[in-house]
Amino acid sequence: MGAHSARSGNLRTLIAVGAAVAALVAGCSSSSSGSKPAAVNSADQPKNPTLVITANDIAGGKNSNEANWIQKTLIPDFVKAEAAKGITAHVTFRPNGVDDNAYKSKLALDLQSGTGDDVFSLDGIWVGEFADAGYVKPLNQVAGAQVDSWDGWSQITQAVQALGEYQGKRFGVPNGTDARVIFFNKKLFAQAGLPADWQPTSWQDLYDAAAKLKTLPGVTPVQWDGGVPMGEATTMQGFLPLLSGAGGSLWANGKWMKAGTAFTSALGFYQKIYGGGYGDPVLQEDAKGRDKSFTEFAANKIGIYAESDYMWRSVLNPTGGTAPMADRDTDVGYALIPSQTPSSGVKGQGFVSYSGGSDWSINPKTKYPQAAWDFLAFLNSKTETESRISGAPLLTARTDVNQQVLGNDPMLKFATDKVLPITAFRPSQAAYNDVSSLVQKAVADVVGGKSPEQAAAAYEKALEGLVGADSIAAGS
Amino acid sequence: MARTASPRAAEDPAGLGRAGAAAITAPALLVVAAFLVFPALWTLYLGTTNYRLTGFAARHPHGVGLQNYTNVVQDPGFHHSLWLTLEYVLLSAVVGQAALGFAIAWMLRDATGWLKRLIEALVLLAWILPSSVVAFLWVAMLDRDSGTLNALLHTPGTAWAIEHPMAVIIVFNIWRGTAFSMLLYSAALTSVPPSQLATARMFGANSWQQLRDVVFPHIRGHILTNLLLISLWTFNDFTPYQITAGGPNGKSQILPVYIYQTALFDGQMGLGAAISLLMLLINLIVALVYLRLLRERRREPVAA
Repeated sequence: MGAHSARSGNLRTLIAVGAAVAALVAGCSSSSSGSKPAAVNSADQPKNPTLVITANDIAGGKNSNEANWIQKTLIPDFVKAEAAKGITAHVTFRPNGVDDNAYKSKLALDLQSGTGDDVFSLDGIWVGEFADAGYVKPLNQVAGAQVDSWDGWSQITQAVQALGEYQGKRFGVPNGTDARVIFFNKKLFAQAGLPADWQPTSWQDLYDAAAKLKTLPGVTPVQWDGGVPMGEATTMQGFLPLLSGAGGSLWANGKWMKAGTAFTSALGFYQKIYGGGYGDPVLQEDAKGRDKSFTEFAANKIGIYAESDYMWRSVLNPTGGTAPMADRDTDVGYALIPSQTPSSGVKGQGFVSYSGGSDWSINPKTKYPQAAWDFLAFLNSKTETESRISGAPLLTARTDVNQQVLGNDPMLKFATDKVLPITAFRPSQAAYNDVSSLVQKAVADVVGGKSPEQAAAAYEKALEGLVGADSIAAGS
Repeated sequence: MARTASPRAAEDPAGLGRAGAAAITAPALLVVAAFLVFPALWTLYLGTTNYRLTGFAARHPHGVGLQNYTNVVQDPGFHHSLWLTLEYVLLSAVVGQAALGFAIAWMLRDATGWLKRLIEALVLLAWILPSSVVAFLWVAMLDRDSGTLNALLHTPGTAWAIEHPMAVIIVFNIWRGTAFSMLLYSAALTSVPPSQLATARMFGANSWQQLRDVVFPHIRGHILTNLLLISLWTFNDFTPYQITAGGPNGKSQILPVYIYQTALFDGQMGLGAAISLLMLLINLIVALVYLRLLRERRREPVAA
């Protein structure tokens, strides 16, 4: 057994190196330092730890607010706090400002070759894949028992903690969560004779509003993510709320679901929107389609837009958003996403939503697991969480902070009070991201003009090739 | 006894001996082994596993034999990509770059001074700029809402890269790669004896006849070498990804993009490796065809 595991270890290292070379990924030197991540006593921790932390944030670009906060507030605060304990910490931030999928590939390649940064942010839906690959380990294995005794856990609800969990173990500290709603432009609504407190209760209500918006010149009535370039946004903001609203889900009772009537209905929504001239199919096919849609919404050219609260706080935010909208607070309305017909949603719901979020996790190969955990605990402390969202509120992982802060932002209060109680989370399965790719292809096929039935059949066939017929049950 | 008389000297004109020669070439061979042979063999091996970027198969890959290859060969997405790649190579490199490059070289053969230098500089500029910069400029130029092309052609709202993705990347590659062909043909044309051209003109040969009977036979080797190089470069070219990202919906997904999306985007490294190897084989076939044509030329020196 010892010989076997040593051999497979060598094979793993070899494969990691070989794959890196074959893929021509520059700068991948395998550092098999073999530093065993064991529980570390705070008494014998190194006095001069060096940490590099990374996230898909960059000042002046993606998640600019968070990047600024990390560099200007969090790191100096942390260094000061460590100094008080007699530890001289050196912390640097490595920014990224790329598509989520590109960030994921980079992270995986770095971790695989043993050169990953010490602390990194990780989307909740990647945890399973990364854990299965051995790129992340349970936090208490990396940094010891102190992880479980951290007082912060009591402030994070079970549903949100699940974002960092896989097979019952904690792999990351959740950073926050979000919720899907429908945003709409009140200016355009007024012009089209629609109410400012609009709340659709069925898909038909959406179609009707879209038909009215269509009469306005130069306006795209609906933007509903539905292209491969949109990546996970197509699954998360677009397809899943529709599937859920038609009473279906991708995964239930330990099996993936066949593409049943709910699946086809959700695709039918796309056919109606993009075949009926309510949405702009070219925007969905554009490699930069998501950014462009944001810009168009901010420029009063899109009437209805399904998105996460991310759009409110990080995109349209007049201060620090990527497509700032000066009159956001007065001109942008928000509504719950309706089921296909009232009460046709999962569990008989009339309204549906999906939530996600990311975690901060530790590289198991870090030389300073103790300092890395200190950093994580510090980052998610009440004080730091408050300072993180002082300029741009968001749904943090901590209930104590949310209760205090979110009352100031009506949209986020709406998300907390009305949306989170009815929301759903994506299956935390390692295969989820592959299934999601298949969903994106099916949706793109419909947006591109294929029939929902054809696209659903192709999805089902590809799903069987991916997970095997044994893991699939009849869909609803 | 003079060393030149030794029978070994004929085999070893450098006088290094077997060990010396080995020592001198060893570093180069090591580099070749490390950066060419090893990755190629590794790709061969990876292609027989279910290895992935993440998930359980990243830690414990297992052999799947020829499964990846049979999957690829039956995949309509692969056929589609292969077809697009052939179209891309044929139209952008063989027809576009080579023909345009030759045309410019031919027109400029007698030109001198600032005109020649200006045209050469412009063409070269396309070639020497970093591809990511160039791709960004093209994206801006082709943009649907504020693109330069729409402003010039008065075609507002035309999303060129989405409505005509293949045409866009073909034109892009012609623009980008013509400089190489032009330079190579310019050099080649100087090897055509002016006297022969003058003679042909005296006998009343028109331009096309001069090209066919005097110029092409002289530079046949250059043409083939050029075609070989630009075909292989274009076949492996990844730059179109920066303009269309293989889209929309796979309509410009040439093989390098297909491999990237399979291996890194979808994380299926084993499958990606299998496709890479198939691509390597296709490259090899293309190279062999050209080399064969080149050798045929050398065998018939009388014709030249």
